[in-house]
Amino acid sequence: MENILQFITENQQMIYIVILMIFLGIEVIGRVPSVLHTPLMSGANAIHGVVIIGAIIVLGKASTDNYLALVLGFLAVVLGTLNVVGGFVVTDRMLEMFKKKK
Amino acid sequence: MQLDILTLAYIIGSVTFILGLKMLSNPLSARKGNLIAAGGMSIAIFSTIFLYETEDGQGLHNYVWIFSGLIIGSIVGTLAAKKVKMTAMPEMVSMFNGMGGACAALISAVEFDHVYREFRLDSNSFAAVVPFGHYFTISAGAIIGGVSFAGSMIAWGKLNGRIKDFTFKGQHIVNLLVFGFILVVAGLTYWSNTSVTNIWFLVTILTALVYGVMFVLPIGGADMPVVISLLNSFTGVAAACGGFLYNNKVMLTGGILVGAAGTLLTILMCKAMNRSLMNVLVGSFGTHAVAAGGAAKQAGSYKEISVTDAAMLMSYAKKVFIVPGYGLAVAQAQHTCHELEKLLEEKGVEVKYAIHPVAGRMPGHMNVLLAEADVSYDKLLEMENANDEFKSTDVVLILGANDVVNPAAKNDPSSPIYGMPILEVEQAKTVIVNKRSMKPGYAGIENDLFYQPKTSMLFGDAKAALQKLITEIKNI
Repeated sequence: MENILQFITENQQMIYIVILMIFLGIEVIGRVPSVLHTPLMSGANAIHGVVIIGAIIVLGKASTDNYLALVLGFLAVVLGTLNVVGGFVVTDRMLEMFKKKK
Repeated sequence: MQLDILTLAYIIGSVTFILGLKMLSNPLSARKGNLIAAGGMSIAIFSTIFLYETEDGQGLHNYVWIFSGLIIGSIVGTLAAKKVKMTAMPEMVSMFNGMGGACAALISAVEFDHVYREFRLDSNSFAAVVPFGHYFTISAGAIIGGVSFAGSMIAWGKLNGRIKDFTFKGQHIVNLLVFGFILVVAGLTYWSNTSVTNIWFLVTILTALVYGVMFVLPIGGADMPVVISLLNSFTGVAAACGGFLYNNKVMLTGGILVGAAGTLLTILMCKAMNRSLMNVLVGSFGTHAVAAGGAAKQAGSYKEISVTDAAMLMSYAKKVFIVPGYGLAVAQAQHTCHELEKLLEEKGVEVKYAIHPVAGRMPGHMNVLLAEADVSYDKLLEMENANDEFKSTDVVLILGANDVVNPAAKNDPSSPIYGMPILEVEQAKTVIVNKRSMKPGYAGIENDLFYQPKTSMLFGDAKAALQKLITEIKNI
């Protein structure tokens, strides 16, 4: 119990961010038309690719003789980049189709 | 100074993510929104590479590794995203989502390795040296990322037909047990002696993978978009765990934002199909009962129409409506469909498309598909407008759509799709239904429309049937 309270105090900024972002995330896409569900899903998919930053930090911090960390970190960077780049490009391709609408 | 710029870059990144999502939910600004988010992401990534400092003030190294990873990922990602066919979009998204999940799990694994190396020699258990919060974020990232990765891969396999639906009795109970097991093992990792901590951690990740597979396997292939959307929000949460781990606010904002928006989107998708999320996730129970009820009702007889007759009907009609559905997408018949439309227009027939919002069980699927075949947008009518025009329509050609034209949604309160808005095609003079067989549609319910006197069936694969129609119409 003490542990948990301590964790909350130490990370209070982060916890505030979490709470606000939950409401913001719901608010922001609240009125999306159903035609855009798929592109929106794809766009959100690209955005959570932000996890790549963690991968870069992990790989960049790994000591040069720790091959396990280097290999796993490298793999994480490759996969994370795939998520980000692929995600944004696919979303753009989908939305390109919608442009002809107007 | 360096760190201040990095902070600024992260703030810019966070704002672009929020703006991007906001703009993505409006058709006019969607494309720009995607680009803005992509721009913010690039700023965040490159500032991290060059400006990040660890707590003891050291910058990052291993640049060769980092950049080769980035380059490989970018090339493969761009190629894959550019080459994929429009019909295979959802499985591509699922694949990318899985990559993100795996990335989050790997980060946790490396971080665990880091902590483990530090403490393995000088203590009895993690509980004695590692704060619970720190271990919790590592473990949560690994578990959620692992589930998301394995689940996305199964969803990907299901969408492209490599993996079949698989259910057994009591599957949901087994799944619950597996989930409980993950929690137990994750606890063991923290509280057991450091000599075996690493093994327990490995078991945690492996069980998470198993759970991801078991979680998605029983869910029907047509529901995969909903599942992908759900796994998408999982990956968001996994990314946010990384944010907690490194006290990194851009990861936290991006991750939680997607986690929340993704959850809402999942619910919205279910609503558009007039189902609840629970119904989708544990749907494998319900479908049998419904199918049985539907089969009992199957009493009427249907009539078939020959290709020649269908061609005749359509070329002498004044106004023809095409109702595309999943069958069209599966048969990849969008180009053939456009050809038929042009041919009929040359003969002076007015041709329009009626698009149901969830036709194809993937919202917006039909719009994207027909746009790919260069069908002009003013020919695509949304449900309300189409319903106004059916009265003055001579022929409605239904291509592999079923539930979205099922009158049971309007007049049978016992039907599972009761209340779902449908395309009221029975108001037209004639209805031609192209299907592969008389099998009920995805929801597993019989469709009375097929037994009505004005309806006739044209059996066969949508593409093959359309090609035959085209040849016949040319011969008239």
